[in-house]
Amino acid sequence: MAHAHTEAHPVGAHAGHHEESFVKKYLLSTDHKIIAFQYMFTGMGMALIGAFMAYVFRMQLAFPGSSVPGFGMVSPHAYNALITNHGSIMIFWVAMPVLVAAFGNYLIPLMIGADDMVFPRINRLSYQIFLLSALVLIASLFVQNGGFGGAWTAYPPLSANGKYNQTPLGATMWVIAVALEFVAFLLGGINFIVTSMNSRTKGMRAFDVPIVVWCIVIASILFMASVGPLIAGAVMLLFDQTLGTSFFNPAKGGDPILWQHLFWFFGHPEVYVVLLPAVGIVAEVMCVFARKKLFAYKTVIYTIIATGVLSFFVWAHHQFVAGIDPRMANVFTVTTVLISIPIAEMCFAYIATLYGGSITLSTPMLWALAFLAEFLIGGVTGIYLGASGLDIFFHDTYFVVAHFHYTFFPIAIIAVMAGVTFWFPKMFGRHLNEFWGKVHFWGTIIPFNGIFIPLFVLGAAGEHRRIFDYTNFPELATPELHFLRVFATVSLLVMLAFQPVFLINYIGSAIRGRKADKNPFHSTTLEWTTESPPPHGNWTEYPTVYRGPYEYGVPGRDQDYWPQNEKD
Amino acid sequence: MLLSIVPPSASNFAAQNDQLFILITILVGVWFVAAEAMFFWLIFRFRARPGVPTQYITGKEKALHRWVSWPHFLILVCDVVIIIAAVQLWVRVKQTLPPADRTIRVVAQQWAWTFTDPGPDKVLDTPDDVRTTDELHLVIHQRYHFLLESKDVLHSFFIPAFRLKQDAIPGRIYTGWFETTRAGSYDLLCAEICGMGHGEMGARVVVEGEAEHATWLTQHANDAALAALNTAPAPADTTAPAAPATAGAH
Repeated sequence: MAHAHTEAHPVGAHAGHHEESFVKKYLLSTDHKIIAFQYMFTGMGMALIGAFMAYVFRMQLAFPGSSVPGFGMVSPHAYNALITNHGSIMIFWVAMPVLVAAFGNYLIPLMIGADDMVFPRINRLSYQIFLLSALVLIASLFVQNGGFGGAWTAYPPLSANGKYNQTPLGATMWVIAVALEFVAFLLGGINFIVTSMNSRTKGMRAFDVPIVVWCIVIASILFMASVGPLIAGAVMLLFDQTLGTSFFNPAKGGDPILWQHLFWFFGHPEVYVVLLPAVGIVAEVMCVFARKKLFAYKTVIYTIIATGVLSFFVWAHHQFVAGIDPRMANVFTVTTVLISIPIAEMCFAYIATLYGGSITLSTPMLWALAFLAEFLIGGVTGIYLGASGLDIFFHDTYFVVAHFHYTFFPIAIIAVMAGVTFWFPKMFGRHLNEFWGKVHFWGTIIPFNGIFIPLFVLGAAGEHRRIFDYTNFPELATPELHFLRVFATVSLLVMLAFQPVFLINYIGSAIRGRKADKNPFHSTTLEWTTESPPPHGNWTEYPTVYRGPYEYGVPGRDQDYWPQNEKD
Repeated sequence: MLLSIVPPSASNFAAQNDQLFILITILVGVWFVAAEAMFFWLIFRFRARPGVPTQYITGKEKALHRWVSWPHFLILVCDVVIIIAAVQLWVRVKQTLPPADRTIRVVAQQWAWTFTDPGPDKVLDTPDDVRTTDELHLVIHQRYHFLLESKDVLHSFFIPAFRLKQDAIPGRIYTGWFETTRAGSYDLLCAEICGMGHGEMGARVVVEGEAEHATWLTQHANDAALAALNTAPAPADTTAPAAPATAGAH
């Protein structure tokens, strides 16, 4: 597997080396940029699967009992499998690979002035394990009795016993897929941390590093620190399923609540693992298109660290009514509500960055600004759920569903789109079409609110989650509530109808878009100092860094930007 | 329109729950509106115009940094108010257990609810207990304890009109309480995914006067075999030794 030229090497060692075969160049590459593309395209492919699942179950909710075009009748059993795998895919196989792995891989070496990751072959292994995990998950949908249907949280005893979930094979494959996926990201995360600590180019001090790199590294640390208990839990669950152990079986002395603690001890930091790269991307885009230095750069970094640390002490807010000691809920209410402080401060710093700027509403900037506007809704609605007393009512209602989609959609779609459209010229050496970019933006953002605002109202009405047909519940089967369900589903259809616009624009612009030069947006960070797209090895000569990442509008200079690598 | 979709208020917790909702809505709503208004105003005010250069601001300037640091202290104050109000409701619902007028047993299983009413003598586990499936009858203005169990997987006992929810865990008996305050018929939902039939695992709660309840009890007085079963405590977990022979009649 090893070939000499993939090892760490002096820049320029590639000049003139032989043409590589397609397989070597794109499938078995150790180049961080190619691995980033592998993660990104796999993530996008999985997003299409996850979106199709959402389409099927939203159709079932709006038109219960009728055949869904492209799928057929939705049985309760299939419905459970669809929602379970929609959640699992969107978090583990879309948000994680695209935000953390794709952007981490692409940006970290380019932004810190390195030629590649420190461990390129571990990096390649990381993607290969990830791909395997995705294949296991997809395969689990087609085995006997279908995919696992016990929700993405996989609470035992339902998940642990085939007699209860009726998908013994699907459940086991789901656990294996998730465990493999964790291994992949553990390997990737090690690379991100080590590379950022050791491979920064000459002159780049810790506080010269762009926010997005800080964010991805802190996210990787959070992931490494939180995933251990869940991997242990996943192995225990696997043993309960297949070997007849009783870690989570109360009948034989186990405890189902133990799984919930292991799951959420990981699961809540996981929210911040994907949030942090998203806010990092948004910071980069906002600074460039507002032509502004990030407001209070160090304060933002401290709020990121504070959020990360606090995120380890909030997990049991998912379990208020799950049967934990009720006194414990008070502690977790305090920590949960307090996490609003660093997050709010971060949002204020971002908003303040706009002050005094010169704002251009380009496609990437629209996405970045939309992230802030929409994420605020997700943030403030979290307060309702963190408040233990009110969570008694809201727990496991659609209010929760709407709340976390107002966090995860901005993270996994809006911020990703900001990043994809912003770094597109760097990735492909060509410009995205702005007009179609904006059409796609408005065609996504408006229906997004149309989907999830009604779900807040449904949640307040007491509509509980993971129900395939509400006609079984008289208070929830009223025409008013059903109208909201139909409204949400129609909004989803509109949003999905606009996605081909993006795909066509993305592929079309990559092939025949307007040529982009090295630094089309007049940015200051290092990735814009090399060719578009950068060659294997990134630079012919390593850049030297003289200043922080966001020196826009420095008084007394001709240009309104002062790249990190320009001496004066 | 919004008010009409809120479920009816039928327990002693409903009013306090709804007040907490309004309190949080006001406190976070003010911040939300202020932040969004500021945000959109800045986008409008500082859009790129030819000849107007961008300003060099680091965020360390005291006069400007105040715009970020003061709000976060004010948010801390709001947080404390919310925490106090939330914990008050929580302690009332989950951490106190005032003496009950009657005690019922609620058993969840895939995919049905079984309720045991203490019967005319108001004592549970006596021969006059009345057991029903997917239909719970309660007397208005009574304080109830409920003993919540599960026979198989996790379920969750959720009555929106009571603003009450609690997971049922196999192997444990959870004791909770509520007071009925309004007559009527309400949904009872299973709020924790429990397998294929989760979407059909509902029940009705009927809150009625003492006289109607007495009539209902006589109509549903269980037969002898079932009554004998009632006297046996429900198995604490699924692998408890085989139940008494009478259980065979079940």
